[in-house]
Amino acid sequence: MTATDMMTQPTLTTDAIQGQKLAILGLSAFYGDFLALSEISLSIEPRAITAFIGPSGCGKSTLLRTINRMHEVTPGASVAGSIRLDGTDLYDTRIDPVSVRRRIGMVFQRPNPFPTMSIKENVMAGIKLQHRHLAKSDAEDLVELSLRAANLWDSVKDRLNKPGASLSGGQQQRLCIARVIAVEPDVILMDEPCSALDPISTAAIEDLMLNLRRDYTVVIVTHNMQQAARVSDKTAFFTVEATGEPGRLVEYDNTATIFSNPSMKATEDYVAGRFG
Amino acid sequence: MSTTDFVYTVGTRRKVVNTIAAVAITAFFAIAIVPLVSLLWTVISRGVARFDTTFFTYSMRGVVGDGGGAIHAITGTALITLAAVVISVPIGLGTAVYLTEYGRGPIPQLIRFLTDVMTGIPSIVAGLFAYALIVIFVGPGARAGVAGAIALSLLMIPVVIKSSEEMLRLVPEDLREASIALGAPKYKTVTSIVLPTAMSGIVAGVMLGVCRIIGETAPLLLVAGFTDSMNRNLFEGRMATLPVYIYSQWQNKGANQAAYDNRAWTAALVLILLVLIFNIASRVVAHYLSPKTSQSH
Ligand SMILES: Nc1ncnc2c1ncn2[C@@H]1O[C@H](COP(=O)(O)OP(=O)(O)OP(=O)(O)O)[C@@H](O)[C@H]1O
Ligand SMILES: [Mg+2]
Repeated sequence: MTATDMMTQPTLTTDAIQGQKLAILGLSAFYGDFLALSEISLSIEPRAITAFIGPSGCGKSTLLRTINRMHEVTPGASVAGSIRLDGTDLYDTRIDPVSVRRRIGMVFQRPNPFPTMSIKENVMAGIKLQHRHLAKSDAEDLVELSLRAANLWDSVKDRLNKPGASLSGGQQQRLCIARVIAVEPDVILMDEPCSALDPISTAAIEDLMLNLRRDYTVVIVTHNMQQAARVSDKTAFFTVEATGEPGRLVEYDNTATIFSNPSMKATEDYVAGRFG
Repeated sequence: MSTTDFVYTVGTRRKVVNTIAAVAITAFFAIAIVPLVSLLWTVISRGVARFDTTFFTYSMRGVVGDGGGAIHAITGTALITLAAVVISVPIGLGTAVYLTEYGRGPIPQLIRFLTDVMTGIPSIVAGLFAYALIVIFVGPGARAGVAGAIALSLLMIPVVIKSSEEMLRLVPEDLREASIALGAPKYKTVTSIVLPTAMSGIVAGVMLGVCRIIGETAPLLLVAGFTDSMNRNLFEGRMATLPVYIYSQWQNKGANQAAYDNRAWTAALVLILLVLIFNIASRVVAHYLSPKTSQSH
């Protein structure tokens, strides 16, 4: 460890991590005594899309949730190892997990807009929940900006005060993405964001991901091989030998390599659909 | 023999059984509804006689025989019930939030057990508890509306805890996670997401709790006492309430018995109407506060 690393303050400032690498170092994740992931190390490129693929139960969601410290929200769950964002250990005991989540946003599998809030309020929810205050005009600008970034502005601009739940599933998911964009994170995590959506909504979200990649570091979990191949720059393949065993990282490489010329037999079988 | 043959007609036997079951169920329903209808009929028919402006504007101060009203008892019921709500809601809702959002380990189980026990407390015991409590502050023989409110909160708190806990549990875990992932501190998730989402159910539960306590008599007889005059001060002196008013009209009839009987029936009618109003109000409020999920554009 270098002297500058030692000096790093354990607070997350935008400058400190903007566009910087996210590094997972020897990370193990537990649910109580159960070891769900064993010694995962990989380094995630900034402003690129990284896809996590692998069979059900191999720990993709678990790994994703360790990145924004959502894993520990599950009772009994814990981690060992570290995750660094520009050299700052997110698991440093002095770091407030809430501040980590303000820098690393998350989109869930099922669209989950807040049912008591309108479309506009949903976009502003993060700002409100983080106790930040914006002038009315700034708030309106932010709503428009975030909804535009989520490719949703044109379809909702005339009904911003309607309930968020009045949108279609695909629109709700884009609303959830707008909600994350509004708090200006540096990293956006998405756990199977399209698995509850029809093909047209899926295509819309994939387009959106490709746009997001210009400004954000994006990590997605997907079961859809074509999706991983279409949108991601890097792909990590995980597997698990049997239920009760920990998930492992098998191979991590450029997406093109993983899908055309993987170095491991297991990866080749999985991406070719010959798994299990 | 093929097992895939369809049967085109329902057998006679099944038709008979169906009919018998339908008749039996209707009959049981009718039996259940008879006492209710008869009670309503009795209360309405006997209560209308004194359902007049005098009843709602006069107290019983200096009244013997005809006339007089129950405005003091209506005011007392309103004040004591309101005070009971003010005491019960923060305690009950706070407990429910602790149970669903914060509690870990054996303590929540213990609290749930104690809540169940509390649900079964006879109301007279709640009255004795409240009496023992005011004796500490005021001295023996004391009566005050607030003591009645304390007794009633003991009965209402478990209702509020149970209904609120149920409503908070219905809030999808997804929403809590979405809020936490947006960088919300825990208390913000609870106050800005969980409580608003559950609010309609919580309010409806509180209203039902009010219906539970509004007709309580025994503890109020014990600690709020009875008076013929208006008393608007919860902290001093006896305070009349509708249930105790009914009891005392019935119990201490003067020479003109019919006048006392009529007042008791009218007070009973008012009490039933109050319960009805609260029931309807709880539905209306629940409807207006419930999350808007309609697909209408
Ligand atoms: N809350 C939990 N408590 C206990 N064990 C859990 C919990 N969540 C997940 N696990 C276990 O951890 C392992 C990894 O689960 P995880 O959900 O991360 O897999 P996944 O790769 O996301 O699977 P899928 O593709 O089905 O979403 C599994 O064995 C699972 O049973
Ligand atoms: Mg998963």
